[in-house]
Amino acid sequence: MEIFFQQLVNGLTIGSIYALVALGYTMVYGVLKLINFAHGDLVALSAYIGLVIIMQLMGALSPTILIIATFIITIIITAIGGVVLERAAYKPLRKAPRLSAVVSALGASMIIENGIMLIWGPMPRIFPASVVPNTNYNIHGVYISLMQVLVLIISFILMVALYLFVNRTKLGTAMRACAIDQDAARLMGINVDKVIVTTFVIGSALGAVGGLFIGMYYRGIYFNMGWIYGLNAFVAAIIGGIGNIPGAMLGGMLLGIFNAFIAGYVSSSWSLALTYVLLIVIMIFRPTGILGERVAEKV
Amino acid sequence: MNKEKLLVVNNLVVAYGSIEAVKGISFVVHKGELVTILGANGAGKTTTMRTISGLIKAKSGSIKYKNKELRNLPAHKIVGLGISQSPEGRRVFGTLTVEENIMLGAYTKTKVNTKVLEWIYQLFPRLKERRMQLAGTLSGGEQQMLAIGRALMSEPEMLLLDEPSLGLAPVLVKTIFETIKQIKENGVTVLLVEQNAKAALKLADRGYVLEVGKIVMEGTSQELMSSPKIQEAYLGKKKKNN
Repeated sequence: MEIFFQQLVNGLTIGSIYALVALGYTMVYGVLKLINFAHGDLVALSAYIGLVIIMQLMGALSPTILIIATFIITIIITAIGGVVLERAAYKPLRKAPRLSAVVSALGASMIIENGIMLIWGPMPRIFPASVVPNTNYNIHGVYISLMQVLVLIISFILMVALYLFVNRTKLGTAMRACAIDQDAARLMGINVDKVIVTTFVIGSALGAVGGLFIGMYYRGIYFNMGWIYGLNAFVAAIIGGIGNIPGAMLGGMLLGIFNAFIAGYVSSSWSLALTYVLLIVIMIFRPTGILGERVAEKV
Repeated sequence: MNKEKLLVVNNLVVAYGSIEAVKGISFVVHKGELVTILGANGAGKTTTMRTISGLIKAKSGSIKYKNKELRNLPAHKIVGLGISQSPEGRRVFGTLTVEENIMLGAYTKTKVNTKVLEWIYQLFPRLKERRMQLAGTLSGGEQQMLAIGRALMSEPEMLLLDEPSLGLAPVLVKTIFETIKQIKENGVTVLLVEQNAKAALKLADRGYVLEVGKIVMEGTSQELMSSPKIQEAYLGKKKKNN
């Protein structure tokens, strides 16, 4: 039973990270019907940016302020990166066939990935051990680290905030309207371009938090990690129902827990393969994902 | 009658690639009027409406609203000038609630005008009853009411209605047209595009007839209704068979 709870805690942690990254995929897909393949690489980039900031400022600031400053600066830079990506790779293709934008997304992904390699080299980089104090809490034999607590709490707060933003604010409602029908949204007076940029800003910012968590939790980062984490998060978004925001959160959590149980009870070398088995099974029984498209629209 | 020109369309040409859907049309809508554009499928009615709202860019010609050229303005700015549209096919946001749809109509306003909201709920009591329901679950007629109500939330001086009777049961068509009359009586200028010529002409002050991208006839509703050509082509009164 201890393994079960231990893996549940680990699964929720990695699941939160998947969920944060998956939100970026799902939000952009919702508004543009485009899989932003470069999103995972933006996440990787944010981990490298975070590492640079930590290395520069460590010692000069107290640990708490260092972490807060790292998050804020990384989020801002990554969000700007997301906007640049949208302007450069997707906006010129807004009226082009869908496939052109997908190819552009793949190209942007390679540019960022190889850019990271050119700047920081092909060898893995390691986050310093003591960014977040290595404190462990023992709850009836289940270990939970301070880092895990931080990941869980911050992810939870961000997801609740995003949910409230999308469902309770004017701009959030406009975002949902754009996801349904862009022309109708324009007729409401919504500046669709502005909404698209907002979507990229929020998606990239959440991805930046995910990237920093990956760096601080796993410590090892490498230039092509965007593919692995991006792919997992993308699968999570599909499991939850791509385009559906609560779906991405749910899908991320489910995938994280699933992976942790595979690692705990079977073998971690099976986790990626079985992730796809899970994906296939879910696609067979719920082709639109768990929360995708439940409402039949009348025509 | 008040003769202030609100909307002046001059020699408007709209093309999809090399195919011209609207081939140089000109028409005028005066303040307070209800003007209808009649025509069959593919005549260019919806294209005209979408061009006025800025969803499609015109190839040439001009669209002046209160003497301001609209041709190069993006759609979201045109709403702010006081023109709003209930588009063909209703285009309500199906996975949003009725109330959210209505509130989006007031997107350009910094504050929702509760008087307008009350007026809309008074025009369409059904929407008030169903305001927490998802718009996609409404019937076709209710969705049409929602599309019109939503368009009114921006407090437009000019309302563009594209085929409000499309696909509705005759009883509902009557209700919708009754409401359009009330909207006009409330001081809103209306440009109504319709295939249902009979109902539209009963309501309108003046009308234009559009055929394959060109205006082939214009006049007051009485003139159009009594024209033999209109009677035959649009009102279904065939001399011999009747």
